[in-house]
Amino acid sequence: MTSVAKATGGAGALPTPAAKPRKSVTGTRLWVAVLFLLPAFVLLGALVVYPIGYSVWRSLYGAGGSDFVGLKNYGDIFSDSRTLTAVRNTAIWVAVAPAVVTALGLIFAVMTERVRWGTAFKLIVFMPMAISMLAAGIIFRLVYEQDPSLGAANAVAKSIHDTFVSSSVYPDARPNATASDLKPSGGGSFTTTKTVHAGTPVMLPLVGIAPNRLPGNPENAKAASGSGITGTVWLDFKLGGGGTKGKVDPGEKALKGVKVEAVKDGKVVASAKSGADGTFTLPAKAEGAQVRLPASNFSAPYSGIDWLGPTLVTPAIIGAYVWMWAGFAMVLIAAGLAGVDRNLLEAARVDGANEWQVFRRVTVPLLAPVLVVVLVTLMINVMKVFDLVYIIAPQPSQDDANVLALQLFLSSFGGGGNEGVGSAIGVILLLLVLPVMWVNIRRLRRERQR
Amino acid sequence: MRRTSTRNRKRRTVAVTAALLAAALSLAACGGSDNKNGGSGGSSPSASGGGSGLKLPKLNGQTLEVAAVWTGAEQDNFMKVMDEFKKRTGAKIDFVPTGNNTSTFLGTKIQGGQPPDVAFLPQVGVLHQFADKGWLKPLGADAKAQLTKNFSKGWVDLGAWKGTQYGVYAKAANKSLVWYNTKAFDAAGIKDTPKTWKDFLTTAQTLSDAGSPAVSIGGADGWTLTDWFENVYLSQAGPEKYDQLAAHKIKWTDPSVKDALTTLAQLWGKNDLIAGGTKGALNTEFPKSVTQTFSGDTPAAMVFEGDFVAANINGDTKAKLGTDAKVFPFPAVGSQPPVVSGGDVAVALKGGQGAQALLTFLASTDAAQIWAAQGGILSPNKEMDMSSYKDAITRQIAQQLLAAGDSFRFDMSDQAPAAFGGTAGIGEWKDLQDFLRDPKNIAGTQQKLEADAAKAYGAG
Repeated sequence: MTSVAKATGGAGALPTPAAKPRKSVTGTRLWVAVLFLLPAFVLLGALVVYPIGYSVWRSLYGAGGSDFVGLKNYGDIFSDSRTLTAVRNTAIWVAVAPAVVTALGLIFAVMTERVRWGTAFKLIVFMPMAISMLAAGIIFRLVYEQDPSLGAANAVAKSIHDTFVSSSVYPDARPNATASDLKPSGGGSFTTTKTVHAGTPVMLPLVGIAPNRLPGNPENAKAASGSGITGTVWLDFKLGGGGTKGKVDPGEKALKGVKVEAVKDGKVVASAKSGADGTFTLPAKAEGAQVRLPASNFSAPYSGIDWLGPTLVTPAIIGAYVWMWAGFAMVLIAAGLAGVDRNLLEAARVDGANEWQVFRRVTVPLLAPVLVVVLVTLMINVMKVFDLVYIIAPQPSQDDANVLALQLFLSSFGGGGNEGVGSAIGVILLLLVLPVMWVNIRRLRRERQR
Repeated sequence: MRRTSTRNRKRRTVAVTAALLAAALSLAACGGSDNKNGGSGGSSPSASGGGSGLKLPKLNGQTLEVAAVWTGAEQDNFMKVMDEFKKRTGAKIDFVPTGNNTSTFLGTKIQGGQPPDVAFLPQVGVLHQFADKGWLKPLGADAKAQLTKNFSKGWVDLGAWKGTQYGVYAKAANKSLVWYNTKAFDAAGIKDTPKTWKDFLTTAQTLSDAGSPAVSIGGADGWTLTDWFENVYLSQAGPEKYDQLAAHKIKWTDPSVKDALTTLAQLWGKNDLIAGGTKGALNTEFPKSVTQTFSGDTPAAMVFEGDFVAANINGDTKAKLGTDAKVFPFPAVGSQPPVVSGGDVAVALKGGQGAQALLTFLASTDAAQIWAAQGGILSPNKEMDMSSYKDAITRQIAQQLLAAGDSFRFDMSDQAPAAFGGTAGIGEWKDLQDFLRDPKNIAGTQQKLEADAAKAYGAG
């Protein structure tokens, strides 16, 4: 991390030399100027220039620090799949995060101008900025928690999902693999291999639910009998174990409301639901059919979205970043907006432009310089993003969320202990920040000339 | 430092329990040991040197620095042992916490010319590395005498490197334990704890049929998975192969590794048997894997990990050790059940009488008994009075560790270079997490393990 901080610090320090050529304006002598600048030079040299130089030099040496390896570290970086993921993710970050934050900031700024409680709204949106990255990371780690009873994001997802899809009564149940004729028949359903006949009850033993956790107040199961096509669906396990598997033993509970289908050549010919004692009766036309328990009996409860899984982890962390920085963008843009000449907006309205056209053709172009400042600042900020990724991404998907700054830390201090590779990544980060810096400085200079 | 401090988290949780236990047991321990040592000392054992033939020099006015990773209650417990040392020799002890990365901390201290007198190293690899650099002082004759008298050869040899004895394993961990929820076992009607891997799988199946998630796995922390692998491998492939693999003398593409992974896949490949399925396991950190076994709506039935689980049970759940929560040894996959251990080795970094006297004391039964009475630790000292342990469970675990004799093995991932066996998100940790995600991919996992190992050991 140190070299990253220093690398960007170095960039920030670059404008200082620009002050030098103006020394003669006040007529001071060269040595006086040098004397006054000396402390700054020494500090900058020690804290910025030297660390950058040392990082470059160190990046040419191996893990031990004494073995010269030339550019091998750079070669390693671009052949290591983890670093390549980091490069890809950093690119995604730079492309997405600043743009989204700026857009949101712009919308908030323009909107808050028009509402009465704008200041209060601004205050709330800006508040996350007051939180440290680390704390924000911990907050979002909890927000994205998989368990809907813990994670806010999944609690929302689950409540939306459950309004449209109802879950089954016996989500964890499954046929007793040792004692039952039921075999998985795809899609979560189970089908008997044998066919049913009148007078021979079908036994459908299920397991996998704790007997004391059955919903409602279940009756004891009853073995089906009679001359029709009958059967029993029951929980083939009682508290404390015991009993014969595949047989309805006393004390074993019935499973009420399980849907049973009779299937002939893949077509459902009849269906029934088990009663309170677990028994069911199929009509006579089911004679010779296979019995199937459709998947709807067992569909697992919706467990929410895997926010921190390999695919969604980077977008999820970018979401946390946006939450933090939207307020920053909003405040800067709102400040810029305050400086916009209202007459121009009025003139456009008088000329018959609607609000969208005013926003699109007048407000945004007038705000362009501010928007560029926000974008550039955020880009630099995003390139060194570290804390959020390090904290939010759980260990198994840390690789998938990897960014360059995190990879820098991990290669240097995360057990690999190869500070050579770490320095090389630091140098690459510096090179990536330079063009953005250059744009920034050029813009500053142009503004000064204006 | 969240992720890199998983090992330390174990320590922290241990510390918490230790504190709880220490408070509850300090009275009982004192009272109990009065009787034990009454014959030789006449008063409590801490009042005067016991009858173990332990001779310590007078070190009045000297100050010894001891560095170890412990903080909080764990440090307090250790300081109780040091108080006794002070009483006997007159030397003052300064404790220096090393922070997470012990080897880096000590390395800078040593290179800066101010090493502590004695340090506790958490990994064998670090002992070897320091010995090679010439930073360690060999053990003196007195300390060696105590060591050979009180410790089995396996533990003695762990503290040696290239024929020279450097260290004393005063603190050990037993990582071959399966903790279980007695209520879940009762509900499923299971009377006997499984002895073999096959029984273990049958038990798990029965538990799952009875409606409790059978096995809780803390897959979000890679080190729990390496411990799973090590236990299966040690029991199945045997100690010789284990040593070879630990030293990377055989490759991870070896058939024995394939067998071990295949065995693991018999459990890891069955979503029904794992609490939350494999996806849930990958989202479960170690502390949660314990809490979800002993608390909540539908608690899991079993959780595997070392003796430090006791700390989590005491600290984070309402379950009572010995009644709600019990423990059985890791089932035998091959002919013998495995005993995988960990531990901290005390070494002298400075010459002089003080450091050697301290090591001698740490190797003695007196020190082991005082320390054990504080709770939260296991001692590999075979001569000590087992009744010093304050509860039956700890005693059982300690006895299991000692019963293994010399066939126990030290945690393999702690012997490996940190880049392979000790770092979150890379190396063995990451590869086994990927394996848990996709337990069918045995050959691919082996290749990835070998590639990562070759890189880490090569750079070593």
